[in-house]
Amino acid sequence: MKVDHSLPLEYGTEQNRLNILGFWIFLGAEIALFGTLFASYFTLVDRTGSGPTGAEIFEITPVLIETILLLTSSFTIGLGIHAMRLGKAKAMITFFAITLLLGLGFLGVEIYDFIVYIHEGATLQTSGFTAILFLTLGTHGAHVTFGLFWGAFIILQVIKRGLTPETANKAFIFSLYWHFLDVVWIFIFSFVFLKGMM
Amino acid sequence: MDFFARFAVPNPGPTIYASMVAIALTMVAIFVGLTYYKKWGYLWREWLTTVDHKRIGIMYLISALLMLFRGGVDAIMMRAQTAVPENTLLGAQEYNEIFTTHGVVMIIFMAMAFIMALMNFAVPLQIGARDVAFPRLNALSFWLYFFGAMLFNISFVIGGSPDSGWSSYFPLAGTEYSESVGTNYYMLALQISGLGTLITGINFITTILKMRAPGMTLMKMPMFTWSALITNLIIVFAFPVLTVALLMGTMDRLFATNFFTTSNGGMDMLWANLFWVWGHPEVYILILPAFGIYSEIISTFSRRNLYGYKSMVISMVAISVLSFLVWVHHFFTMGQGALVNSIFSITTMAIAVPTGIKIFNWLFTLRKGKIVFTTPMLYSLGFIPIFTIGGVTGVMLGMASADYQYHNTMFLVAHFHLVIIPGVVFAMIAGLFYWWPKMFGFMLNERLGKWSFWFIAISVCVTFFPMFISGLDGQARRMYTYSESTGFGIWNLISFIGAIGLAIGFALIVYNIYYSIRYSTREIPADPWDARSLEWATHSPVPEYNFAIVPEVDSTEAFWDYKKKGYKLFKGKYEPIHMPNNSGVPFLMGLVFFVWGFAFVFGMWIFAVIASIGIAACLAHRSFEKDHGRYISVEEIEKTEKDLGGAKE
Repeated sequence: MKVDHSLPLEYGTEQNRLNILGFWIFLGAEIALFGTLFASYFTLVDRTGSGPTGAEIFEITPVLIETILLLTSSFTIGLGIHAMRLGKAKAMITFFAITLLLGLGFLGVEIYDFIVYIHEGATLQTSGFTAILFLTLGTHGAHVTFGLFWGAFIILQVIKRGLTPETANKAFIFSLYWHFLDVVWIFIFSFVFLKGMM
Repeated sequence: MDFFARFAVPNPGPTIYASMVAIALTMVAIFVGLTYYKKWGYLWREWLTTVDHKRIGIMYLISALLMLFRGGVDAIMMRAQTAVPENTLLGAQEYNEIFTTHGVVMIIFMAMAFIMALMNFAVPLQIGARDVAFPRLNALSFWLYFFGAMLFNISFVIGGSPDSGWSSYFPLAGTEYSESVGTNYYMLALQISGLGTLITGINFITTILKMRAPGMTLMKMPMFTWSALITNLIIVFAFPVLTVALLMGTMDRLFATNFFTTSNGGMDMLWANLFWVWGHPEVYILILPAFGIYSEIISTFSRRNLYGYKSMVISMVAISVLSFLVWVHHFFTMGQGALVNSIFSITTMAIAVPTGIKIFNWLFTLRKGKIVFTTPMLYSLGFIPIFTIGGVTGVMLGMASADYQYHNTMFLVAHFHLVIIPGVVFAMIAGLFYWWPKMFGFMLNERLGKWSFWFIAISVCVTFFPMFISGLDGQARRMYTYSESTGFGIWNLISFIGAIGLAIGFALIVYNIYYSIRYSTREIPADPWDARSLEWATHSPVPEYNFAIVPEVDSTEAFWDYKKKGYKLFKGKYEPIHMPNNSGVPFLMGLVFFVWGFAFVFGMWIFAVIASIGIAACLAHRSFEKDHGRYISVEEIEKTEKDLGGAKE
């Protein structure tokens, strides 16, 4: 493998550069995916049938906690990538681990939130609105869950193999993914929860 | 026994039983054949585990031809049923299943696969690359497509075929009106193969943007590569919409949610909208690569460079943008109101402008050209008038107020077949004949090729022109029969005769392949058509590394310059070539996805969980795998190049 040392490690090889561009295009597809979910959400949001409306079931506290956890995790993974660029594998691993713990916390609160909704009579089957609510949140949550496993695999690989062009590339791409999930959450927070509670 | 009862077909008939026997016999024959000739190892090493874009292309090609046969049999059965009034060859239910599978198989599993075949084979060669950006993902794309197609095709012998049309409108496709598992098959098979298509999209955009030969700027790319780039951009933005729609449809059917129901706040029109937000760009995903192929072939056999290169590119970009803005024209009659219909009417008709520009560019390329009437060229020339008829009737359908007259009639059926067949199918056959020598090192028989062209071109008109008339007279599509007093009988009979002609034409192509494998000469030059782009600069068949030395390019037609103006294409000397390793994981993952889909179709949750873990295990394996590929040494390259008839300067 030819490694170009004038570039950061994650961009060092030809294949690495291809991987990063490919992943950006994948994120483009993800935007289309979540865009479709949001469009469907806005279509179905008032179609509550005999079930509850958003205003009746949303609570600000758990949602705020989720937001703070996820936004912080986006910051810590940024620190992780910064540490990686400085070549400090240990610091990077620590920041990545914190990121994943925050992600796990987010997921825990989200699941708790789901259980609350179900207890309040908003199940997956209740109405068009609850179906799209659970699908939109659930798709985001499933992405976070997938990210937890993926991130853990990358940490293990950095521990075992150190910072190589491959591991750095994987870590960098994972950070793009994680930031993207944060962006999606900001839209969910604003347009699902804040708008729904107004 | 209760467990197995669910797999029974709800409406078994003699055709279904015959198919079951045929499938079983074919499986046994393949198994025995492979064992007898000791080909299992060869099949596994050279094909099932390959990551070579050329071989993946060929596997797509074989699958597409198989699916063409399946979809074609469906078509013949429909035409036979409607050939005479009050026919009882097929029942209403069978007819519903057949037009549904015909549509899905032809669009998703035949046309898409055919495009993927030619894109996979030709694009990396045209840009002077050694493979695609992500060869492993490319293999995964193929296997997801393949197992998605298999999952869809087993529906008619296990559990029942989908029967609510290829557009699968809710609430018809909901559990209330479609009780059998057929529509579950539709949802999951499309989901799996759609995932494969999305991955291809990402792969090819990256490949085309990043792996072009030195000197090949975007505006120096061959037109087929341009069309592939635009097509893949559409794929990346359109397929996620389908993913979401299918996910919602699956949840409605399996988990009783209310996305598309007519109660509890569900909204059936949401499906129609989402489906066509994907479905209309999908039409252009099919047609743009076809346009690219025509551009290559028409310029090659007019012995002229392509007229209006820039306007070709601009019009493709315009089409790709407009393709996302016309979806409502599929349901003008479903209650949007005049303003919305007017807007979509205008955007629809606007697409005719860039398409018209392309038609005129091809005509101007022909003008003053030294036209050579080869089989690929005949298909390209046949395409222009027939496609224009199909296209102009499309503009008629695009006028919202007039559309109330012919919406969902045979007029519409005639229109879209007359754009898809000359547009896509002709291009695929033309591309098949054109690139065949590059794929296999011998040419298809020209005489048989021309016979098949005349059969197909005339039969297409005979089959579909009468539908314009019966459609305007009010014959609705998807009706399994009609009474004699309607007067539709004669038109449908002519249609049936045309369909037989089409079948003969396609059979001739198959016979041509057989005949050429046996008798065609293997002594052909690397550039038998006197063509213009880079794929013809390497040997036929192409060595696994494509080009021993990466070509350097300084015009849109560097290979032509190399032949006619003494331009030096290959500079430098042999160096070790890095190639990716083969892997069985993509195949395995496709197989697991098949099990996963099957488990979901029948709601067998234990299997679904096991298969999901299997998929996760494949992903984890890929994450931890250390695979740095391998190098082909200079000696090996020298030997291969010598065996293939000496290196090019």
